[in-house]
Amino acid sequence: MEAVEFTTPKTIDEAVQAMASKGDRARALAGGTDLLVQLRGGRRSADLVVDLKDVPELNEISYNASSGLTIGAATPCYRLYADANVAANYPGLVDSASLIGSIQIQGRASLGGNLCNSAPSADAIPPMIALGSVANVVGPNGSRQIPVEDFCTGPGRNVLEPGEILVSINVPAPPANSGASYLRFIPRNEMDIAVAGVGSAVVLDGSGQNFVSARISLASVAPTPVFCKAAGDSLAGKAVSDEAIEEAARLAMEDAKPITDMRGTIRQRIHLVGVLTRRTLNIAIQRARGEE
Amino acid sequence: MASNIVLSEVEYNVVGKRHLRPDGVDKVTGRAQYGADVQLTGLLQGKVLRSPHAHARIKSIDTSAAEAYPGVHAVVTAADLSFASLSREQLGGDYQRVKFASNHVLASEKALFKGHPIAAVAAESQHVAEEAVKLIKVEYEVLPPAMTVRQAMEPNASLLHEDLFTSELGELSDKPSNVASHMAFETGDLEQGVQQADVVLEREFETASVHQGYIEPHNSTAFWNTDGQLNIWCSTQGPFVVRTSVADILRHPVSRVKVTPMEIGGGFGGKITAYLEPIAALLSRKSGRPVKVLMSRTEVFEASGPAPGTWMKVKLGVTNEGKITAADIFLAFEAGAFPGSPVMQGAACALACYDVPNARINGYDVVVNKPKTAAYRAPGSPQAAFAVESVIDEICEQMGMDPVEFRLRNASREGVRRVEGPVFRRIGLVECLEAVRNHDHYKAPLEGPNRGRGVAAGFWFNRGFQSAVNISVNPDGTVNLIEGSVDIGGSRASIAQQAAETLGIAYEDVKPTVVDTDSIGYTMVTGGSRTTFATGWAAIEAAEDVKTQMVERAARIWDTPIEDVQYIDGVLSHKSDPELRMTFRELARQLLGTGGGITGASNVDPSGEGNGFGVHIVDVEVDPDTGKTTILRYTAVQDAGKAIHPSYVEGQMQGGVVQGIGWALNEEYFFNDQGQMMNSSFLDYRMPTALDLPMIDTVIVEVANPGHPYGVRGVGEVPIVPPLAAIGSAISHAVGQRIDRLPANPGAVLEAMS
Ligand SMILES: Cc1cc2nc3c(=O)[nH]c(=O)nc-3n(C[C@H](O)[C@H](O)[C@H](O)COP(=O)(O)OP(=O)(O)OC[C@H]3O[C@@H](n4cnc5c(N)ncnc54)[C@H](O)[C@@H]3O)c2cc1C
Repeated sequence: MEAVEFTTPKTIDEAVQAMASKGDRARALAGGTDLLVQLRGGRRSADLVVDLKDVPELNEISYNASSGLTIGAATPCYRLYADANVAANYPGLVDSASLIGSIQIQGRASLGGNLCNSAPSADAIPPMIALGSVANVVGPNGSRQIPVEDFCTGPGRNVLEPGEILVSINVPAPPANSGASYLRFIPRNEMDIAVAGVGSAVVLDGSGQNFVSARISLASVAPTPVFCKAAGDSLAGKAVSDEAIEEAARLAMEDAKPITDMRGTIRQRIHLVGVLTRRTLNIAIQRARGEE
Repeated sequence: MASNIVLSEVEYNVVGKRHLRPDGVDKVTGRAQYGADVQLTGLLQGKVLRSPHAHARIKSIDTSAAEAYPGVHAVVTAADLSFASLSREQLGGDYQRVKFASNHVLASEKALFKGHPIAAVAAESQHVAEEAVKLIKVEYEVLPPAMTVRQAMEPNASLLHEDLFTSELGELSDKPSNVASHMAFETGDLEQGVQQADVVLEREFETASVHQGYIEPHNSTAFWNTDGQLNIWCSTQGPFVVRTSVADILRHPVSRVKVTPMEIGGGFGGKITAYLEPIAALLSRKSGRPVKVLMSRTEVFEASGPAPGTWMKVKLGVTNEGKITAADIFLAFEAGAFPGSPVMQGAACALACYDVPNARINGYDVVVNKPKTAAYRAPGSPQAAFAVESVIDEICEQMGMDPVEFRLRNASREGVRRVEGPVFRRIGLVECLEAVRNHDHYKAPLEGPNRGRGVAAGFWFNRGFQSAVNISVNPDGTVNLIEGSVDIGGSRASIAQQAAETLGIAYEDVKPTVVDTDSIGYTMVTGGSRTTFATGWAAIEAAEDVKTQMVERAARIWDTPIEDVQYIDGVLSHKSDPELRMTFRELARQLLGTGGGITGASNVDPSGEGNGFGVHIVDVEVDPDTGKTTILRYTAVQDAGKAIHPSYVEGQMQGGVVQGIGWALNEEYFFNDQGQMMNSSFLDYRMPTALDLPMIDTVIVEVANPGHPYGVRGVGEVPIVPPLAAIGSAISHAVGQRIDRLPANPGAVLEAMS
């Protein structure tokens, strides 16, 4: 590994300037649990590392019943699940934040880093997509908002232009009678990369017996996280039933385009998408009904 | 609730007690010195360039750019090894052995596995070394790899070594082959045994390459002084073995090589081969400076020694009464890039648990384009047990016979002759099986869907080999115990306990120290469950030597014949004069004024084996949707002979089980179709984490080994033998399909179910 430069900007402007000064040879640093490993392992190289942890906007969690939740891009996972508003309103996000790596990793790893690293297996991205989240990005040419499902473009690639940073992620306020859940399948019980993962969010009607809407998203079964629009839409207006869930699971499996590698086979992964879609929908329904 | 039961026959004062380990404070405070901590004036950092290909001819190596890189002090390749300048005539009968050993350290004509060392650099810093290594230009002609025994045994398989001929039951084949050797054991009349059987079952098995997964990567620091003295500091199970290999490969006198073993973070058999030591030595000779070389975790996976993947067939014949009449076994083990798999040990262990009158075992040692295999706890035995015990389990299932009862009917006991020859002395398999049958775990019914229980037995030889110990008496009545056995699993304590027991002094009064190869007599590796047995024996003999000299000294002080002095429980006394009495401590204080200090010394090579057996019970539950196995409950029962330190025996048993669980469920070397390992990190090489394991219950059954003064058998190998089969059988019962391939990871179990 060659020597790299390191800077710690205090404002968004400074951060963008620093990033822009080195173009694609600059890398933002949040928790570093992806970046440091990649730099040391020679899988990424950089001339300048820009540590974003001192920029206040990237370290905030704020919740408002109308505008929802804003998560600063560098906020570590443990602060999410320790936050009373998040715990009460976003159990689907807590599912992810509390299974990434281990306690030690969660002390550093951020949802912003998870999104910007853009791994197909990223565990925090499917629940963010299922919950309809939006990424707030700032760069030399100003700011823009990108729906999370449009953020990743390939393994380790995304829509960020040189000089741009992710400032925060906005997750809409949860509608009444809504619930979400994320599950991944790993052969062990921790410290593993998802063979497949599914995030589901549902909105039920007042009776709790019918779907108003649903969103489903997958991890580890395509070059990017997958938003299964058809699977979610298939539930809208239907009564909650095993058949409806089965149909959504089938549609989700159709959207899965996995590969066979050391972590799993195509067949296994598609099968798991079905299993996990059923399981996450059932948990999300229970949560929407206040049963959990 | 975990439980640890000890079933004892004999009690001692110090032996059998749970004492604190002497190295504990340094280890828990982080002060213990490991190989990576070595710091020397002028130390350079080394880095190895490794082959990206599993099989390739090396057409040229150009090191000029690396040599010119600022901060680089030396670059070495196979051309710097002694082998490059020795002729076939000079080496004579040693030619092929030295060639293989040299080529293993640094590839010459061919790279034989991904990660095979090609060249190495010594530089001012690790970063410079890493950059310089990238500047070495190697031209390869990539060849198709042979990755499994089945591929390598094909008639038209790609040949790893053009000059390797099969040693076929003693004769050499006329055509070169990837089969390095074929060995066979036979007893009785197989045909007749099959005819006597009422049930005959034949099954085929495969297991993947797995790694020991020790926490500390390999490391080595070497300094080759201008006077020819070569000093090495490293992490090894066997400093004397490193000394021999380095001397052999570098053609340097053994007496000019001193190896200092640093503390060791695990080995399990994988830290016996000298990988980095010859490279660090060459770099030091060339640069004139001390050089340290460390492996990364990826290098450990790709270029140290995994346990072999296997292909096995087992056919058993059994009567309706549940008596085994015949066994026909085929074992083909991957040797890795150079010959030397543990197929012989696998063959000798395969049927050791049972009294089988008619048997034939064929074993094949097959080279493949993977790193050369190394020992891993009970080398060869877990795989063989997986095959044999699985067939026994299926037969029991078919016959509706209790698997413990079946094993009791066939169990090896005193007087039974093993297929490869030796006759058992007193052993404890029957006692272990009875302990299983009486155990609360075995008696508790297993209820609920998708659950299954498995039982399996396992064997290891526990051989002695050479050890040396010196014990010198301090004026305060304590003793210094000097040994050559690296302490991996608490052997400082277990050896000190045996010395204390023999001397009749307190455990705390024995201070054990592990020293370098210049400072103690030849001592074989810490491995094969030999250390507490053989180095313990050396400690007993050295202590006896001390006792003899103490008696002589007392006799001299009392001016009485030696025969009148007795030494009982740490007290010297005159046999007839009750006035003449001294404790060990009282005499120790007088030694310097009465003829000088006392040092007892011993070199031992105990013959005979400690023969250990274990029987395990496991309950599993399989998720029918995902194929994922959860271990619900696990109990390991083992005959430890006398458990010198019961906590460390329990630790060995639990550790062996954990590694066995990993082997059974998820661990495997995963290669792409070019033979490159894809999962060379702990993230993707899935060893169990604490969250994947239940607490493992243990039962130590103490059937004293008649071949050791305190009845020690050795314990470290046996507990990794039964888990593969026990878990495989448990999963089979849970899902209703036999598991004949390991690892039984969720994907594989899902496939088996569908
Ligand atoms: C032991 C271990 C276990 C892990 N387990 C899991 C797991 O179970 N599930 C999982 O999904 N991941 C896992 N990871 C990966 C990693 O922890 C997560 O992806 C984590 O969320 C990354 O966050 P971070 O803050 O550490 O990101 P960093 O490493 O700091 O950054 C990640 C990438 O995003 C870029 N980046 C970061 N912040 C910004 C920003 N604000 N603007 C622009 N670019 C930015 C960086 O340049 C880098 O390329 C694991 C990692 C380790 C080391």
